[in-house]
Amino acid sequence: MSLANLSRIARAEGDPKVLQTGRSSLPTADRVARSLGWFSIALGLTELFAPGAIARTLGLDGRKGLVRAYGAREIGAGVVSLSTERSLGLWSRVAGDALDLATLAPALGRDNPKRRAAALAFTLVAGVALIDVVAAGSATAVHARAPNRRRNYRDRSGFPQGVAAARGAAAALRAHDDLATARRLPAGSEAKAPAVG
Amino acid sequence: MRALVWHGKEDIRCDSVSDPQIEHPRDAIIKVTSCAICGSDLHLFHNFIPAMLPGDIMGHETMGEVVEVGSGVDGRLAVGDRVVIPFTITCGECDQCRAGNFSVCQRSNRNKALADKAFGHATAGLFGYTHLTGGYPGGQAEYLRVPFADTTHIKVPDGIPDEKLLFLSDILPTGWQAAVQAEIEPTDTVAIWGCGPVGQMAIRSAVLLGAERVVAIDRLPERLDMAEAGGAIPINFETESVIDRLNDLTGGEGPHKCIDATGLESHVSAAQPDTLIDRMKQMIGLETDRPHVLREMIYVCRPAGVLSIPGVYAGIDDGIPMGMLMNKGLTVRTGQTHVARWSDDLLRRIEDGQIDPSFVITHKARLEDGPDMYRVFRDKQDGCVKVFLQP
Repeated sequence: MSLANLSRIARAEGDPKVLQTGRSSLPTADRVARSLGWFSIALGLTELFAPGAIARTLGLDGRKGLVRAYGAREIGAGVVSLSTERSLGLWSRVAGDALDLATLAPALGRDNPKRRAAALAFTLVAGVALIDVVAAGSATAVHARAPNRRRNYRDRSGFPQGVAAARGAAAALRAHDDLATARRLPAGSEAKAPAVG
Repeated sequence: MRALVWHGKEDIRCDSVSDPQIEHPRDAIIKVTSCAICGSDLHLFHNFIPAMLPGDIMGHETMGEVVEVGSGVDGRLAVGDRVVIPFTITCGECDQCRAGNFSVCQRSNRNKALADKAFGHATAGLFGYTHLTGGYPGGQAEYLRVPFADTTHIKVPDGIPDEKLLFLSDILPTGWQAAVQAEIEPTDTVAIWGCGPVGQMAIRSAVLLGAERVVAIDRLPERLDMAEAGGAIPINFETESVIDRLNDLTGGEGPHKCIDATGLESHVSAAQPDTLIDRMKQMIGLETDRPHVLREMIYVCRPAGVLSIPGVYAGIDDGIPMGMLMNKGLTVRTGQTHVARWSDDLLRRIEDGQIDPSFVITHKARLEDGPDMYRVFRDKQDGCVKVFLQP
């Protein structure tokens, strides 16, 4: 059962019910951003609460604090990726990916007995980085305002008789010295109201 | 029927839904001829205002033709009438309605207990605007059930196109009320933050009410052009200092009246560092709104001036300089719009050709294109200021 149908319990009996769902306003780029945002939060929580296991697996013993810090960074990037500032969140993920790769690179050395695990992690991060770059680019593009395309609204005064004629045309409302009187002002009454100002 | 339905944050869909029915004797059913996307719909689109549920029908700017009335609807409304539907649902009988405070009608919010807890006291029911204000299905649809229909309508004459009349439902009276409650005097400089649809209407209202100078603040060139066309002096806050420019224009005294037509989603930019902090807090639930404009208005307004706030705020705002507000003796006026207080007068002004609100429409689309138009409007793409939809 969809959430739209489940929420009927909070509605009046006669309120319209969803029968068939249409196309969403949420573009694919935004759906991908959301997925990456949740992935980021899940990864960040893992790094925050199990830094020892991750460090040991990658041969980064003694760097639990660093893994925790990266976890906090992942959570931050995830929260921003889930917000309306998703492009900023995704680009911050790209920057984070670069940092992750730079951190993992020394662990690829022959002196690291866990270098196979580190190499796998490096490959995965590189793959995710690629996805992040594409997702960030797409999200930025889909919400961008077209450059150098300015519509001209200079003729949209909203005053059929011109701005000069409109200035002060309703000024007699001021004759009513409190809002309580103004609220009861009948249509056309300012023609009979005393001039002000 | 088809309707634009909220399914979650930024997820609006044109769904097939069951038709509305008469539920109470004072109900009427309207066949919608035109509706619009309001700037405040974007707060729901972004899920900044709580208590939306998947399956809620959007929309509170609607007009159409009465196709059915309940047994309790009196002679004020009949099948075949052409009506604009105010976004505030009003019983017309409670103490607040009789005092003209229609947006705080005591009887039309059917989720009164919830609203009492959230606001202290329930306010009026609104169409398509969260379960805090009644959870009523909105008017971005082919048909709309109008509760308390004999008092919740503006009867409009034939011969005037929908485009000129639709905005009696919200943005025109909202801009108008913002200007009226600012108590504009002929010597006043009125500064208006935000040149979206409500800001544009507030500019025209301030001009009609006789302000000496109206200043419009935004960052989008096409919106500032539209503001200037309506008689305002534009300030682009991305290229110049709002404070410096307002002080220059007023001999260092500041504007007499300030109108916030921006609300809870102030533009976030590094040039306005408080907006970055507000946005971070908003993301993690420590603050609901970004009140940059409120702070700026309080700072720049002339002592003993008036701050008028038609912009929508959701809940908790940090960093409001109350000491400045108090010591400068500023008056704050705000509230949802008492539409019925102004509609007769504004309809006459449209009929007389004093104002034509259709100037604000930049995009016309079919209802089924609504989901895309939400995105275009939100991203301010293609110079979008106002979206007008027809089923």
